[in-house]
Amino acid sequence: MSALLFLSPAIITVLVFYVVPAILTVTMALTNMDYRFQWNFIGLGNFRRMLNDFLLPGILRVTFLYVIGTLGIFNVTFGLVLALVTTSVGERTGRFFRSLWLLPRFTPPVVYGMIWLWILDPTKYGLLNSMRVAIGLRPVDWILNYPLLVIIVTNGFIGASFGMLIFTAAIRSIPRELHWAARVDGAGLFQDIRYITLPQIRWPILFVTAYQTLSLLTSYEYILIITKGGPYFASTVWALYTYNLCFGGYYAPYQFGYGSAMALVLVIIGLIAAITYWRVFRFRAMMAEPLIEVV
Amino acid sequence: MRRSVYPLKTSTLEKIRRRERAIKVLLYGFLFITALPIIIGYSWLFLNSFSERLVYGLIPEQLTLKNWSFLWKPPSPYYPSLWRAFANTLILGLGMVITVVGISTPAAYVLSRMKFPGRIEILAGTLILHSFPGITLLISLYYVLRTLGLLNTVVGVFLVKAGLMMPFAIWVMKGFFDGIPWDVERAALVDGATRFQTWYKVMLPQVKPGIGAISILAFLSGWSEYIYVITFIHDKRSWTLSSYVNSIISDYRFLDYGLLASTALFYIFPVLVFFLFAQRYLLQVSIGGMKGGE
Repeated sequence: MSALLFLSPAIITVLVFYVVPAILTVTMALTNMDYRFQWNFIGLGNFRRMLNDFLLPGILRVTFLYVIGTLGIFNVTFGLVLALVTTSVGERTGRFFRSLWLLPRFTPPVVYGMIWLWILDPTKYGLLNSMRVAIGLRPVDWILNYPLLVIIVTNGFIGASFGMLIFTAAIRSIPRELHWAARVDGAGLFQDIRYITLPQIRWPILFVTAYQTLSLLTSYEYILIITKGGPYFASTVWALYTYNLCFGGYYAPYQFGYGSAMALVLVIIGLIAAITYWRVFRFRAMMAEPLIEVV
Repeated sequence: MRRSVYPLKTSTLEKIRRRERAIKVLLYGFLFITALPIIIGYSWLFLNSFSERLVYGLIPEQLTLKNWSFLWKPPSPYYPSLWRAFANTLILGLGMVITVVGISTPAAYVLSRMKFPGRIEILAGTLILHSFPGITLLISLYYVLRTLGLLNTVVGVFLVKAGLMMPFAIWVMKGFFDGIPWDVERAALVDGATRFQTWYKVMLPQVKPGIGAISILAFLSGWSEYIYVITFIHDKRSWTLSSYVNSIISDYRFLDYGLLASTALFYIFPVLVFFLFAQRYLLQVSIGGMKGGE
């Protein structure tokens, strides 16, 4: 009885602001709801429309390149490099640089975005362009010319720290004797990494890859602030397209029905990923029964 | 000459040492160069907000406080008072703390200590919910808030965010309760305390570190919120600092970088304080909790 009393506030909050919206998303996907918020059910009309949406092939391409690029260059590879390097230098230096890389993650998104807007400013007042001007070159509009690169780098500077932390913890937990044994047998630094460290942290690598794929697929906040998805749709990813369909300013907003259907596709990918995690990482083990039964 | 205890010639040892030192220098160089955009970016906020102008992008000329005039005078009549936005942001952060801690702590206790039908299902449910990420719920949350009459209010935003954070907070707090030996609780019960007294007087003090960490995470998450604020709040009276800085960016981006940097610095200041003083403490929890939640 008291269990219910303790649980009910949590259950109510989660129901109202999580479960009900989740069900609403599925239902809305079957309507053509717009700013008038009327429930006109049109069956699978939105999904048929998706097949004919001439913007979607381009958006799929951008999403794919963005996820693979950010994941491959920053979240996994660079995160791993940072973890390896910060654990190889002195403890204090290592900790200092790990903190530095965490700073963007804790910064309010709008401030982080502003810093990049200044670095990439198309006039001579931006950081990159002031350096170009100083050596006699003309300013470049970075966002206009390299939209994909911009969203990969700006998201990567935040994404790298997640892998860095997980890998640092994993590297720390490798018994030192293994490294010593390898060194005694004549292994150099790189052989040590290749044959001792990497095989020992393959599970964390797999975890970070799987987890961050999903995070990146659904992330659009920094893109919205920095490039707004432009020029045209050159940096619009699936999640941002969904957002703009409903709340975006500059083309046909308030398409809540179609937007929900687009969002639902992300949910389906998310569910498949969650089930996979469940199997691979044995989440059930985390739900151990309480040791002693109470009440 | 001192005889070496190693079966290597001193010159060979010297060579190895020199090589290791070279590698060290390379590693330090690598760390410094890759972190440059972060170092420069954040220094720019400081330099630009306190100087008349910057030459070559980064070198300040003439110190000034004029960029901070937005503290008492909004940059244009279109803008609400900064302090109003500040108060709203504070309410958003503190509202998150009270809702998340107040609701997740009792729930986590029950999930950790009691066996009842539906326990596994509730825990599994929180994980399934995790596959409904923010963007997929944004549209329906807009509908829910509109129905409840909470659009354009800070309360609406922190309730929504607290709801989304709840599964994560419950998982973290459950971890802390799991770590308390059952004997502590039994001792209190044997001495005649009721369940509620045991929870309140014996268990809660033991999980203080967890409550502290969840509070800071909840506060920062509310304080920094961007998407929910700009999507659900348009009324200027309910603007938070996110909406304020967002508008400053779109209105003054090419005109007044001093104003941009100063408002951003004002906004980021509490975050920097938490970052400097509570970071190690936070990391333990956010990494431990990431297994289950966000």
